[in-house]
Amino acid sequence: MRIGLFATCLGDVLFPDVPRATTALLERLGHEVVFPADQTCCGQMHTNTGYQRDALRLVRHHVEVFERALAGGVETVDAIVGPSGSCVGSVRHQHAEVARRAGDEALAQRADAVAARTFELSELLVDVLGVTDVGASYPHRVTYHPTCHSLRMLRVGDRPLQLLRAVRGIDLVELPAADSCCGFGGTFAVKNADTSTAMLADKMAAVRQTRAEVLTAGDASCLMHIGGGLARLRTGVRPVHLAQVLASTQDARWGVGA
Amino acid sequence: MGGGRVTTHLGMPGLRPPAGHGNLAGDVSFPTAARKALADTQLRRNLGHATASIRAKRAAVVEEVPDWEALRDAGAALKAATMARLPELLEQLEANVIARGGHVHWARDAAEANVVVTELVRATGADEVVKVKSMATQEIGLNEALEAAGIAAHETDLAELIVQLGHDRPSHILVPAIHRGRAEIRDIFVREMPGVDASLTDEPAVLAAAARAHLREVFLRARVAVSGANFAVAQTGSLAIVESEGNGRMCLTLPDTLITVMGIEKVVPTWQDLEVFLQLLPRSSTGERMNPYTSTWTGVTPGDGPQEFHLVLLDNGRTRVLADEQGRSALHCIRCSACLNVCPVYERVGGHAYGSVYPGPIGAILSPQLTGLDGGTGDAHPNDSLPYASSLCGACYDVCPVKIPIPDQLVRLRAEHVEAHADSHRVPTAEAASMRAVAWVMADATRFARAGRAAALARKGIRRGKPVVPLPPPFSGWTASRDLPDPPAETFRDWWARTRGEEGGS
Repeated sequence: MRIGLFATCLGDVLFPDVPRATTALLERLGHEVVFPADQTCCGQMHTNTGYQRDALRLVRHHVEVFERALAGGVETVDAIVGPSGSCVGSVRHQHAEVARRAGDEALAQRADAVAARTFELSELLVDVLGVTDVGASYPHRVTYHPTCHSLRMLRVGDRPLQLLRAVRGIDLVELPAADSCCGFGGTFAVKNADTSTAMLADKMAAVRQTRAEVLTAGDASCLMHIGGGLARLRTGVRPVHLAQVLASTQDARWGVGA
Repeated sequence: MGGGRVTTHLGMPGLRPPAGHGNLAGDVSFPTAARKALADTQLRRNLGHATASIRAKRAAVVEEVPDWEALRDAGAALKAATMARLPELLEQLEANVIARGGHVHWARDAAEANVVVTELVRATGADEVVKVKSMATQEIGLNEALEAAGIAAHETDLAELIVQLGHDRPSHILVPAIHRGRAEIRDIFVREMPGVDASLTDEPAVLAAAARAHLREVFLRARVAVSGANFAVAQTGSLAIVESEGNGRMCLTLPDTLITVMGIEKVVPTWQDLEVFLQLLPRSSTGERMNPYTSTWTGVTPGDGPQEFHLVLLDNGRTRVLADEQGRSALHCIRCSACLNVCPVYERVGGHAYGSVYPGPIGAILSPQLTGLDGGTGDAHPNDSLPYASSLCGACYDVCPVKIPIPDQLVRLRAEHVEAHADSHRVPTAEAASMRAVAWVMADATRFARAGRAAALARKGIRRGKPVVPLPPPFSGWTASRDLPDPPAETFRDWWARTRGEEGGS
């Protein structure tokens, strides 16, 4: 299958190992990965902060870029994958709404068409590619945080856990109160920094309770938040994206060290 | 119009629906109030314990209902259908209440409702009333209005009594004293409850017995009761209250006169519709299969219960919310408070931080819509901070028994707030200017690629290997408690262009 990679702006600029690991994983499974180079950002931050008029141009840009990837040229992709629950959530749940609110019904329908072919990583692997054992090896004690938008916007359910359970050598431990928000919430972390920090403190306590060495999740943004707190307190727990865990093999380790 | 003494018309032609007034907003913005609440260790502990236990109870009793999701769908559909013909249903309700010997009054806002109730109590000659817990009368500040008229209002719900005796404000829709611990309650009783035994302990059973002894006296004396309503059935003009302590049943049956203040959105078309809500409410609310007391009454029954019944239909901003098709679903709320109990923000800051009597996720969408985001000031207002008081985690939507899309509403209200400011000010806020700049950069891959490279270089230059750099406001909120990630040596698109030889970066 030829798969279009939606790297996400955060993945592109701050956490390039996440889209790189996604690429490595999918190629190892025998698929072709295409990176539509015109892509930028889904506009989620603008939408969620109230700047829907600014988000509209980002939505239009995203739709145009991935519409081209899906519909034409020599490298037509069969599906689009984004290694982020919240970015894929925004594409699927918000893009058409932003367009509709601006009175652009045609764009809304195009956005829905792109969204219908866009998948979060665990969805793509389990539902589209039909694989739960991706042949990964990751000999570490790991706990999994199911990020809010993966859980409640995309309803990925236990797909990430199905994938993690099949990883060789992994010591997967359950995170207490796993479904509680870590307190990130995009600009919420800045606008309501005190409340966000109180939520973060409880999430970190839960992570520490597992005695895990690695915290994994399907969203680089939530991991940046929890990881930023864990690093500040020198807890010795490392945030590693789900894609990095699944890309790891005995010969290729991802998410080890800085 | 019915036989009430003071009547006004709902939705008079030519008048814009009035904004809500009363206890619907605080004095300071949410982040300021939250900072103070977060530092209250007793509050944090009480709330953490109470919300966790009620969450678990709710989850257990919802789990055992096989058709719970179908019930939620039915509840949502019934509410949408009700709102679509609310005026007609309210007139039907009015006609049926009057036909069965009751009186109906229409109040456009809090002030009108308070005048109506005060005049009705005065006409009876009574100088005190018993009250069964009611959000609507909290919303309009009825107790204070009655007090100003020389009428004492006695709250009879145990938690509401604790709040009243403590000269405090409710902090939860269902459990208004959730922020109080038993030692605090014991102190309040000893200090404020007339004739209480000073050797009172803080055992829950002992505290309940003290409240019961105090309240029995009030119940047997009072000639007027004031209640709210959970539901009103238009079909027959019947009112319904669900409660746990039996104090409601006492208020609704013992006095001569009963005055019910009800928000206009509480009407349901038929008894068959009520059936759906009586299944949804207790499980969502107290985590019980069925609440201990469900009282329903229809007009006046000679020789049985109150012989005079008045229904005050309260607008106070509701028509305004109804007029907005996008925001209307906030009126679907049946005040179960399940969204408060699962909200990670509410759990940590409590109800007072929201300013309004309606806290938590539902309050964050309902209060600013009732008052208007600007509170009618045309400028900044504490309620304009409420739509941002959420990480958009979505837990509220999952438990809402009538499926109000609270996260979507929060996002929409944020947009309305931002756009109202942009449309009325020539100079954009610093935030708006930077958001616009970021969107400009991100709308083009070449600009974005350059910015990504520049950002990585700049961060490296500033940090010079130091682990933490405090950022200037507003980003200082981030670096106060979190490190920044190490910048990568190369962006993804540059790596792709370099290794895959594509057109990638520029």
